[in-house]
Amino acid sequence: MEKINFNLLFDPLSLFFLGVIFIVCLPSAIYSIGYLKGEYSRAKIALAWILLLIFVLSMGLVVVVSNVLVFLVFWEIMSLVSYFLVVFDDKNEKSIQAGLIYIVMTHIGTAFLIAAFMIMYKSANSFDFLSIKNACQLMDGQTKNIVFLLLLVGFGTKAGIVPLHIWLPAAHPQAPSHISSIMSGVMIKTAIYGIIRFVIFILGVHSAWWGILVLILAVISCLVGVVYALMEHDLKRLLAYHSVENIGIILLGVGLAMFFLSLNMPYLSIFSLIAGLYHLVNHAIFKGLLFLCAGSVYKATGTRDMEKLGGLIKKMPQTALFFLIGAMAISALPPLNGFVSEWLTLQAFFLGAIKVSGAAKLFLAVCAAMLALTSGLAAACFVKAFGITFLAQPRSSFALNAKEVGFSMRLGMFILSTLTVVFGLAAVFVVRLLAKVCGCATGIDLNGMSFSLNNFILNPQPGTSAYLSPLMLTLTLVVLGGAGFVLYRIFNRKATIYNTWDCGYYKLGGRNEYTATAFSKPFRIAFSFFLLPYRKTQKIRESFYHVKSFAYETHTTPIFKKYIYDPTLDWVFKSAKFMRKIQPGSIHLYISYIFVALLLLIVFMQRF
Amino acid sequence: MKILMIILQLILFIAAAPFLSGLIAKIKNNIRLRQGPSIFQPYYNLAKLFSKGEVVSQTASWIFWVAPFVLISSTLAAAVLIPVLILASPMHQMGDFLALVFIFSLGRFFLALAALDTGSSFGGMGSSREMFISSLVEPALCLVVFSISLQFNSTDISAFSGMHALSVSCIVSAIALFLITIAETSRVPVDNQETHLELTMVHEAMILEYSGRSLAIIEMAAYIKQMILFFLIAQIIFPIAALETVEPAQTIFWLLWYLARIIIIAISVALVEVSVAKMRLFRVADFLGFAFVLGIIAVVCAILGV
Repeated sequence: MEKINFNLLFDPLSLFFLGVIFIVCLPSAIYSIGYLKGEYSRAKIALAWILLLIFVLSMGLVVVVSNVLVFLVFWEIMSLVSYFLVVFDDKNEKSIQAGLIYIVMTHIGTAFLIAAFMIMYKSANSFDFLSIKNACQLMDGQTKNIVFLLLLVGFGTKAGIVPLHIWLPAAHPQAPSHISSIMSGVMIKTAIYGIIRFVIFILGVHSAWWGILVLILAVISCLVGVVYALMEHDLKRLLAYHSVENIGIILLGVGLAMFFLSLNMPYLSIFSLIAGLYHLVNHAIFKGLLFLCAGSVYKATGTRDMEKLGGLIKKMPQTALFFLIGAMAISALPPLNGFVSEWLTLQAFFLGAIKVSGAAKLFLAVCAAMLALTSGLAAACFVKAFGITFLAQPRSSFALNAKEVGFSMRLGMFILSTLTVVFGLAAVFVVRLLAKVCGCATGIDLNGMSFSLNNFILNPQPGTSAYLSPLMLTLTLVVLGGAGFVLYRIFNRKATIYNTWDCGYYKLGGRNEYTATAFSKPFRIAFSFFLLPYRKTQKIRESFYHVKSFAYETHTTPIFKKYIYDPTLDWVFKSAKFMRKIQPGSIHLYISYIFVALLLLIVFMQRF
Repeated sequence: MKILMIILQLILFIAAAPFLSGLIAKIKNNIRLRQGPSIFQPYYNLAKLFSKGEVVSQTASWIFWVAPFVLISSTLAAAVLIPVLILASPMHQMGDFLALVFIFSLGRFFLALAALDTGSSFGGMGSSREMFISSLVEPALCLVVFSISLQFNSTDISAFSGMHALSVSCIVSAIALFLITIAETSRVPVDNQETHLELTMVHEAMILEYSGRSLAIIEMAAYIKQMILFFLIAQIIFPIAALETVEPAQTIFWLLWYLARIIIIAISVALVEVSVAKMRLFRVADFLGFAFVLGIIAVVCAILGV
């Protein structure tokens, strides 16, 4: 047995992920000062801080260790601590339930990882990353394929790719909001780290179908995530579904990089990986921000149900602004960071479509179109999320009595929203930095590769004049908008403040407003083949002639739960029940089992 | 020189865009054997709106106030992004064809929020429908961009601005873009600009609470967006070389053909509008699905090189 070394690895890839962890965890920690106060008892607050510390530390160690065994240990610590954080509200039945789903799923994932690592160990006789990397060069194709699939399922469970996402929308919203922010922003990214580190860096991409498989899973995750998000009225669950979507977008970049690596196209693989990692850091920032904002809303109103909110922009103007920035970024609106990374991903698809041949061109074009559809649906979803939660009139007393949250919470959100803007405007610098990270991950020499014209203009297609300059775009928007505003002021006419037009009836109230359910109705109908909506209307009558009120109910069918997880669970429980028959509780029987097992073992040892 | 070009282009768009809407309305009326308002009616409307005061809902927040400016600035940014008078767009370093798609969505996002801001159900209805339609437009538009860009090996808009051979792929993507334009400029069969019936309106429902100058700005932005889209279709299907000679006779001919192209598109839009009935909202998904399929065909043609 070899000695286990605890050496840490600080190559650009690890440093990048450490940076991402730091960027999100610091503001979230600041935020938690205000968030925890008043929400929990002092002992619980202390516990929350200790768990947060261990959680952040374990995530940091996961991305810097250089030994598979040590990696697994910290991976497991990370999963367990986050489980404790999910069930932090231990009085809440939902939290316990969500925690259970989470811990089961995450351990299934870890089981696959262990299997993959065992195979790697067998060929390398070492747990060290570098010696495994060397051994993997000699591994035969079939074994590589198996290891890849095991790793994909293992890390995919943690990342929440469809159909392994089932735990994510359950667990993320139940944790305290600063933890949701870290889980969605950072923890699921450690799975992406795992894929890049173990599949691209150590194993080496072996054949083209790996990339294609990842791309297909990514497209499915994007669409399923965003469609479910559109149907959701719980603010934090909505955000959690968007994490599924955004992991899909990140994996589009990573999958493309794998695809190009197998085709031996160095420039394109670096560029796609840059796009993926750029979206990764962007998603960490804006999703962290959005979860913090959702937490503020929850803290101020006591509910996460959008149908009970509304009008918060007047009660909580700063939180509303921060949420708007996050919503714009996640909807890929220029000039914020989400726009830049989605543009880069689309460019990667386009460049690939030029270079590859035949049907692959069409495949890439269709993937790109699906990404475009995703960003369109995400924009719709965030019009809903922001519009219903923050605009118009309050829909209930929860929203009516809301107050702006405390300073530390606003500071946490402020830091992240500033970063959202900075990462959009400083695109060229980010891309240059990421190029180094990707060079390290893929082992490709970066000489002669340039992704920008100068410090402000991106140019992903060297030799052609396809540019993007977020800074110039911002300036243009500001100048044009400003000119419009000046003109507006010159022709100054008085604006009358009056009621919204109410068709001549009484004054409009919160109950007249469009709801989140109504907003998403066109989508529910257009995607009914997938959502399988179910609705029930019922007239509650006083007498035959007089209808007192209507009851209206609508659901969508959670098909993954219904057709995959529920039958599996059923089967597990049935077989458990069957197994119970051999466990009647009689100690004599048990001793005989041990005896029989012993005999069989002896025979086995002698025979083989 | 560059600044001058930008300003010239902006002025061109602002000055000419309302005319196209007036023209379409006139053609539609004439086909229906009505006289209809003057071709310059959009200008009169804008002037009227600009000289009026406005009524703002007391429910509205600052989103309602800034939305028209975000809308107009993003639309104008799109207008300077495309090459109109010379081969290269004056601001081609700002973004490319793909960026154009995202720039349009910025203005739409704010308008949809402003629609929800007043707390009127009409606004919510319009906002929901607009986002529904636009999210379905996005993949088709992406495929159109892809098929065009694949032929010219670059996503730069200037790449296809000159004279180019007309391929099957160009024609199919132009048709797809035409369908997208109908949806994006709220024309029949997707939406109807002429009606304020709550069951059918989409764009009009969104801007129902706007009045006065804010409404004028929004209307202006809609005209400009329409002109940009017409221009792109014209550029794809009727390629034209840049103006190089200074001979007066040739220049005049060039200019005439230049304008005629866009007017041809406007006429076809008018013809489509009078000859089909408005669709139910949920049929729009099929309509845009057709645009998506056309986009795929265009990409396939581009791959085959025809």
